[in-house]
Amino acid sequence: MSTLTLRAKHRRSALRTLAFLSPWLIGFSVFFAYPLISTVYFSFMRYDGFKPPAWVGTKNWAYVVEHYPLFWPALRNTLWLVVVMVTLRVAFGLGVGLLITRIKTATGVFRTLFYLPYLAPPVAATMAFAFLLNPGTGPVDSLLDRAGLPTPGWFNDPTWSKPALTLLALWGIGDLMVIFMAALLDVPKEQYEAAELDGASPWQRFRYVTLPNISPIVMFAVVTGVIQTMQYYTQPLIAGKVASGVIQGAGTQFEPGYPDRSTLTLPQLVYNLGFQRFDYGSACVVALVLFALSMAFTALLMRRRGGLIQAGER
Amino acid sequence: MTQLLDKPLELKAPPSPAQRTAHRRALLEWIAIHSFGVAAALFFTLPFVFVFLTSLMSDSQALSRDLIPHTWEWGNYAEVFDTPGFLTWWKNTLVYAGLGTVLTVVSSIPVAYALAKFRFRGRNLALMLVISMMMLPPQVIVIPMYLFWAKQLDLSGTLWPLIIPMAFGDAFSIFLLRQFLTTIPDEYVDAARVDGCGDLRTLLRVVLPMAKPGVAAVALFQFFYAWNDYFGPQIYASENPGAWTLSYGLESFKGAHHTDWNLTMAATVLVMAPVILVFFFAQKAFVEGVTLTGVKG
Repeated sequence: MSTLTLRAKHRRSALRTLAFLSPWLIGFSVFFAYPLISTVYFSFMRYDGFKPPAWVGTKNWAYVVEHYPLFWPALRNTLWLVVVMVTLRVAFGLGVGLLITRIKTATGVFRTLFYLPYLAPPVAATMAFAFLLNPGTGPVDSLLDRAGLPTPGWFNDPTWSKPALTLLALWGIGDLMVIFMAALLDVPKEQYEAAELDGASPWQRFRYVTLPNISPIVMFAVVTGVIQTMQYYTQPLIAGKVASGVIQGAGTQFEPGYPDRSTLTLPQLVYNLGFQRFDYGSACVVALVLFALSMAFTALLMRRRGGLIQAGER
Repeated sequence: MTQLLDKPLELKAPPSPAQRTAHRRALLEWIAIHSFGVAAALFFTLPFVFVFLTSLMSDSQALSRDLIPHTWEWGNYAEVFDTPGFLTWWKNTLVYAGLGTVLTVVSSIPVAYALAKFRFRGRNLALMLVISMMMLPPQVIVIPMYLFWAKQLDLSGTLWPLIIPMAFGDAFSIFLLRQFLTTIPDEYVDAARVDGCGDLRTLLRVVLPMAKPGVAAVALFQFFYAWNDYFGPQIYASENPGAWTLSYGLESFKGAHHTDWNLTMAATVLVMAPVILVFFFAQKAFVEGVTLTGVKG
């Protein structure tokens, strides 16, 4: 084959690749690269959307870290959610996954019932829980009261609002359940049989056969859980809004994080700074903090498991 | 021979004490596991049940501690439908979710196919960028995006800023489809090429028919994403109630009826129901999709 036709062939295959990738290449440039660079640019500007942007150096950064009263509470809440909510979700997801693999009667019915809450739209699910956990008169407090137990204030009490959100997150465990279920069914049966022959107790079988086999999936669940927590927005926002009884659009400004900033998360700060205070520069600072945190954990995910890329390749 | 021998022997042998205890233990285990199962099932379903029951109460009863309606007020649902705007929110949600899903699927398939089956320099880099986009919280880029759509294109107060980007591939859909397409053996693609099929024809005639479950999963995820989206409509549509979606409107519904838990719960049921119905029709594709998001390997 002459070099000429080879080169022509090469060029054709490059063109073909470009053509197939073109929707994403445009999407990547216009809806990812450009706004990301622009976010960095605005983080050094004072801009309210009307007066032209003015360079202020690192003033926005200093403001957010030192003076913006909602920044540290939001970070602290995120840390709480990472430690408590993610841990509980992974443990509960694994537990429900184990349970479903051992249920032998009406498995399909159980699986569907366990899975359904995951599908409930977040706004609707949060409203439902705001009602269920309504202090005093909600069904949960009614039942607790009848059983002679204390009735927490849930979404209206700063110490109980995050546990209430955790409860909501555990209710929607369906995604993790399915993932753990698939992983558990993939554990080679021979290993269990061998362990049983050696007289291993159920706990030992779990500890030395199940866990080592599914540990990559546990890792995957933890890291994606952390990434999701960084993005946690709709549920805490709606919970706070419903609990505080704020009427939307009636001119009242909702003080984010009700009660007592206990449900604030970083994404809410971007909204608060950008769309309530029209301080686009500081909003971009928080956005970049959010970006750095998300990407750090994404990098961890890709390094720990080239698995995310290789997934499905066998 | 062994077959003949095995069966009668097993039947004749009287159960030894050891076998009997093993039997009893298995039974106890069955009971224990299924009790846990029923307890878990209650935890997962009771919230739905309470919400549904409350949606049928009178407004004064919904504020009480009762769990079961005295009178079954089906009219609550009619009242929700009569709320000004409710039908518009439905329509907007269907447009956002429906049109968005079609655009996403059409634009993501060729990209996923190239990432799965073409060999080119920078393929791994492209894939890593897709994953990074997938993990990017929408709030990170919302300020420039809002300024772009609102100040330059004057499209705030509509859902177009949310729909148009879907015509340029969605990172999650690309990733999921790519995962699916890599499971299709290269031989099919090569065979089609030997038969003189162009790339586009190979994709449309050979690969896509085999990738139907993957496409179905992506379509479902995207539909649910748009249906559930709150942040997007909050940014772009909040100023114009005529552009609100169900997820966004539901919250304002609560604001306007802040003591009428019965109506709010009826509206909540109406937002949840379609998603759950769609799930029942497409359960298999959906669960397959969840498992595909990165578990195997």
